[in-house]
Amino acid sequence: MSDIREPISTEKLASLRQRLEAAAQSEGLIDVAYRVIDSPLGKLLLASTHRGLVRVAFTNEDHDAVLTSLATKLSPRILRAPKRLDIAARELDEYFEHHRHTFDLDLDLSLSKGFRQLVQQRLPDIAYGQTRSYREIAELVGNPKAVRAVGTACATNPLPIVIPCHRVLRSDGSLGGYIGGLPAKTALLNLEAAA
Amino acid sequence: MKKPFETIVELHGITVLRVCRSLLDIHDADDAWSETFLAAIRAYPKLPETANVEAWLVTIARRKAIDIHRAAKRNPLPVEELPEAPTALGIPGIKDTELWETVGHLPEKQRQAITFRYVIGMPYAEIAAILGGTVEAARRASADGLKNLRKTYPGSVQEEQDHE
Repeated sequence: MSDIREPISTEKLASLRQRLEAAAQSEGLIDVAYRVIDSPLGKLLLASTHRGLVRVAFTNEDHDAVLTSLATKLSPRILRAPKRLDIAARELDEYFEHHRHTFDLDLDLSLSKGFRQLVQQRLPDIAYGQTRSYREIAELVGNPKAVRAVGTACATNPLPIVIPCHRVLRSDGSLGGYIGGLPAKTALLNLEAAA
Repeated sequence: MKKPFETIVELHGITVLRVCRSLLDIHDADDAWSETFLAAIRAYPKLPETANVEAWLVTIARRKAIDIHRAAKRNPLPVEELPEAPTALGIPGIKDTELWETVGHLPEKQRQAITFRYVIGMPYAEIAAILGGTVEAARRASADGLKNLRKTYPGSVQEEQDHE
């Protein structure tokens, strides 16, 4: 028997955890992998399923709450597995450094349904540095009266920044809302305008 | 609502390692820890939301420890001479090392009851659920274990205060 009173160091636990992560990954048991990255807009949570990036969350959404909701909606097999999100993290870094205008990532839009998902699929059509109004997006998806529903689709975008709902404004040019808060929306628009 | 598995590892990682270390040597304990959480993440989606996660993990850890014990018995390492390596533990008994050696030599039920009771601090009802048998039997196994320890390791075990 080992000395069970021996203190368990955080390094010890970290190395065991890493081993678990590798084993779970190789057996395909991590249904949702996540990591947290630093960005000019604060810490961003990135989460990915086997299909692709499924969630980007700002700090103001409370990352623990987001993970709990992913456990309910997708699968409780959630582990911090940074390597699975290397590419997404790199592309976001490049975006914030003005080196990237479009994201080239597999996306999993399964958190959105129906009309909202349809709108979110079309948002990447708005080019970097440009903006559209909620009304124009409603027309683009062939439902000109659904301005409000477009607003909801933007507000519930599970992949902010990557799906550029920040490029959608009110018809009068005012900001409208933003999941990461209005200062984040302004910062993203300024970032793209500066390029 | 079910917690993300990451949270389960954070909350119970230390307890599971203590259980593994109480039943196995230190390297086998690491293996048992990994196998416990790997089995747990596989089964986690089907675990009822009302389940006691810690007791569930301890049950898995105990089963993994038994598997490792059995595997070790099946595959004894053949050596010509027993090694006479100097111990890295220093003078025996200078810390608590020898006590846990002594715990390790208790009959299985007693050893497990002592571990669950005094390392993890589980109530006897939970210990009984894991060991099988009545709460009274779990209490007795723990008491017998303490009695045995007092005989072989005098002065090291305090009188049990029943704090349930």
